[in-house]
Amino acid sequence: MPGITREEVAHLARLSRLELQAEELDHFAEQLDVIIGAVARVSEVAGLDVPPTSHPLPLTNVMRADEVRPSLTPEQALSGAPAAEEQRFRVPQILGED
Amino acid sequence: MTDLMTDLIKYTAADTATAIASGQVSAVEVAQAHLDRIDAVDTLVNAFLHVDTEGALATARSVDDRRARGEKLGPLAGVPLALKDVFTTKGVPTTCGSKILEGWIPPYDATLTSRLKDAGVVILGKTNMDEFAMGSSTENSAYGPTRNPWDLTRVPGGSGGGSAAALAAYQAPLAIGTDTGGSIRQPAALTGTVGVKPTYGSVSRYGLVAYSSSLDQGGPCARTVLDAALLHEAIAGHDPLDSTSIDAPVPAVVAAAKLRDVRGMRIGVVKEFAGEGYQAGVMQRFNESVELLRELGAEVVEVSCPSFTLALPAYYLIAPSEASSNLARFDAMRYGLRVGDDGLASSEQVAALTRGAGFGPEVKRRIILGTYALSSGYYDAYYGSAQKVRTLISRDFDAAFAGVDVLVSPTMPTTAFPIGERVDDPMAMYLADLCTIPSNLAGNAAMSLPCGLAPEDGLPVGLQIIAPAMADDRLYRVGGAVEAALDDKWGEPLRTIGAL
Amino acid sequence: MNYDDAMASYDPVMGLEVHVELGTRTKMFCGCSTTLGAEPNSQTCPTCLGLPGSLPVVNAIGVESAIKIGLALNCEIAQWCRFARKNYFYPDMPKNFQTSQYDEPIAFNGYLDVQLEDGEIFRVQIERAHMEEDTGKSSHIGGATGRIHGASHSLLDYNRAGIPLIEIVTKPIEGAGVRAPEVAKAYVAELRELIKALGVSEARMDKGQMRCDVNLSLRPHGREKFGTRSETKNVNSLRSVERAARFEIMRHATVLDDGGTIVQETRHFHEEDGSTTAGRIKDNAEDYRYFPEPDLVPIAPALAWVEELRAALPELPRLRRARLQGEWGLSDQDMQSVLNAGAVQPILETIAAGAPADQARKWWMGELARRANESGTDLSEQPITPGQVARVCALVAEGKLNDKLARQVIEGVLAGQGEPDEVVAARGLAVVSDDSALGAAVDQAIADNPAIADKIRDGKVAAVGALVGAVMKTTRGQADAARVKDLILQKLGAA
Repeated sequence: MPGITREEVAHLARLSRLELQAEELDHFAEQLDVIIGAVARVSEVAGLDVPPTSHPLPLTNVMRADEVRPSLTPEQALSGAPAAEEQRFRVPQILGED
Repeated sequence: MTDLMTDLIKYTAADTATAIASGQVSAVEVAQAHLDRIDAVDTLVNAFLHVDTEGALATARSVDDRRARGEKLGPLAGVPLALKDVFTTKGVPTTCGSKILEGWIPPYDATLTSRLKDAGVVILGKTNMDEFAMGSSTENSAYGPTRNPWDLTRVPGGSGGGSAAALAAYQAPLAIGTDTGGSIRQPAALTGTVGVKPTYGSVSRYGLVAYSSSLDQGGPCARTVLDAALLHEAIAGHDPLDSTSIDAPVPAVVAAAKLRDVRGMRIGVVKEFAGEGYQAGVMQRFNESVELLRELGAEVVEVSCPSFTLALPAYYLIAPSEASSNLARFDAMRYGLRVGDDGLASSEQVAALTRGAGFGPEVKRRIILGTYALSSGYYDAYYGSAQKVRTLISRDFDAAFAGVDVLVSPTMPTTAFPIGERVDDPMAMYLADLCTIPSNLAGNAAMSLPCGLAPEDGLPVGLQIIAPAMADDRLYRVGGAVEAALDDKWGEPLRTIGAL
Repeated sequence: MNYDDAMASYDPVMGLEVHVELGTRTKMFCGCSTTLGAEPNSQTCPTCLGLPGSLPVVNAIGVESAIKIGLALNCEIAQWCRFARKNYFYPDMPKNFQTSQYDEPIAFNGYLDVQLEDGEIFRVQIERAHMEEDTGKSSHIGGATGRIHGASHSLLDYNRAGIPLIEIVTKPIEGAGVRAPEVAKAYVAELRELIKALGVSEARMDKGQMRCDVNLSLRPHGREKFGTRSETKNVNSLRSVERAARFEIMRHATVLDDGGTIVQETRHFHEEDGSTTAGRIKDNAEDYRYFPEPDLVPIAPALAWVEELRAALPELPRLRRARLQGEWGLSDQDMQSVLNAGAVQPILETIAAGAPADQARKWWMGELARRANESGTDLSEQPITPGQVARVCALVAEGKLNDKLARQVIEGVLAGQGEPDEVVAARGLAVVSDDSALGAAVDQAIADNPAIADKIRDGKVAAVGALVGAVMKTTRGQADAARVKDLILQKLGAA
């Protein structure tokens, strides 16, 4: 089975918003290569005509009525915020969309 | 400490509740005895991340008040409990063993927390765990490892090592765990206690901080089968806030635990759970247990579940995949740790720095692994195949349960291993969950209960019992009978000795 | 390059993605209220804030609305479908994944027939309609214009997070040719009418309840293969949809003609000048890692439920318009003006309150439309009710008001002076038809205009208008014109 390279691990870390130190990256790349080698065994069944299971129980149509339930107070909502301003969550500048 | 108080911590939950209800002892005295015990031993064990002395005593006082007013108390009123720090508790810190949630005080109670409060259970505090329940030794906690009360140089198992150790060290008669791949059963096995993973969907996950949503299941931990059953009944049942909650009556587990009769039951021994990697003393105690069941009048047959050999790889794809998504919310914006917000860094950078600093290595490994497994181009080969394995495992179980009432196996291939031995060898660590994972993938019910000490190291061995979904009562019937027979034979060795 | 030049060489292919915010009382996955304009973060709970441990539960009306939309768009309704997680990080998204649907949408393979200005019907094929949730709202602080660029930090309000959205995606719209921008606009307009008729959302584009992305590519005439597309986000008015499509056609053509290549990217539309500018480049770094949402169970709508909803579907807007046009006896052009003015509903309600169709239309399309236009407001927002307009029509029919007085009554109502009858009383606006009161004025008019009076005596009855006008002037418009005419003709022996 194909393993995983340090570059791929770095890419995945970016995708999952993880700032990794260089040594950490080296170490993970090595370990993940072994882990992926081991778990890749599941692809033995890739060709089998078997339906996938995503839910362990065969439940369907669990829905609630469109009825308002009490919300948190804004104070409760913001109680864990690292920073707040004007009753809103204050976050560092957002890049990306503009 | 008086003798009575020393005894109090060794009471079963059932006896404690009876003593409180009859006025032999007050709930406050019981709570205080356990708080004192925690004070005395937890610097060694490190089972608790947070002890809620005030909250515990307040609940105990209210139970005493209710009794004084002549109100009828529930079967667990006034009984102390250690709650795994993965369930939210309004006004009480919840960290999941992670730096990223240090100091977070949830504004809401998990459904399970509310049910415990409603039952008058005295929550002593929050127990240590592998960070976000990822691990098999509790060494992955950001707040230091929990030590096994049987041997403080060894792990108590994981991820719910704190809850299991608290029971073994007599810090609480009851505890709550969560089981995603074995995190209730495997620590129970390593600490000589009882742990049950109920059928997926029978205990609400609302307020259980998710590791792997389709596998996570909260459940009871105790020192006896009956205590586990009492706790099981208190926490199980439909919850409209959890879409995956089963809307059906909870099986009569307390009655089953009291039955102590397995005559006529058909018990299957899973062939695949033996061989290389299984410690001799573990297999010896397991085989004795099987023999015991036969003596007690059960019919024992060997069954084969060939797909179980793919369970571990499937688990280590499904769980990390779901985890990579579940843990994305820890981004330093709304709660928890924030690192690197110097006024210049972007949200994107602050999120990455915070997650880099706030998550431990195992969490990072699993997030990366899960992100990989879900990536386009790999999804079908990995995540898709793992879900097919899940189907195959369920079919194996179905075929087995067509011929037997329950399956049995060792809970874990070995006894407790030394702290540090596997911490940087993920694959070795993952093997600890070999026997427990299939039940999580299939969503059925399973229990671990002590079945003796391994001769070579004198450490506890766990017997795993597996029942079909919604047949949790069978676990308690078989478990109760085995426990009673072992008690007769060994005179309750596992409940009266310990390192402390 | 101008538009015609662009069209001479290229054939546009469009894809339209419309997000509709449903008008449910609560959010898609939790019981928080969806009321607009609430205090920041006052309509949030553990679930829509993405707090650790929280779980979603599906809003049944959200599903029902999605099925209704699917049925109205002639879609197949899935017998079994799931939600999926769309994973990407963004601070306005509390869980850092959006609960959406991926390869199993609740509705798929439909179409919507839209009528173009010349009456031609163009069929837009629908790929899918799926359920998802809205994000929170960010305000950017410290930048020059409140925009994200140059801001020092942002503030987040999660009241909107979790409000149900239905995303409706067309199949590639081909063959519209030079009319592509018109088709885009007509499609969005028709879809908006449909959503409103279904009662699942008010679909106000100005309030963000309906938002449109315009994907567009060009290919040289005669070529099968699609060109590279641009994705213009958040085009939020009907006019803008048309302008954005037009602008992109010309921009693409210019790039292609110069031998350049179109970059696959998101683009931002600017209302001020109708242009678009480049946003994020869509390389393959964006990998949403969709997988089935494990916290929700599949939706399997019972056939009986779907058929019940199908049977209860309202008349489609296009067919309803054709019916009303017939009932009201309007030309295509007149009907179009009524539609453009947003006057269908007010007219219908005025008719329901008792007014004749032509009168109802006259007032709403005349005086009231003019005022709405001047103040840049919606017709439905004018401070007068269809009932009040109907009452004015009744007063005219009873002869108590003439046209000029009626106009003054309408003004009075709009000025907040009360009900039509109160305005009539307060302003003393009743028509004067009493012969004795009118006699003097008639005599005066005849005396003042001897030449005209003579003409009438000679039988030129048509000249009577001038004398009627004179009487109306002296009575300041309050005379009953028909009665005045009769009196004049009587007095001049021409009756």
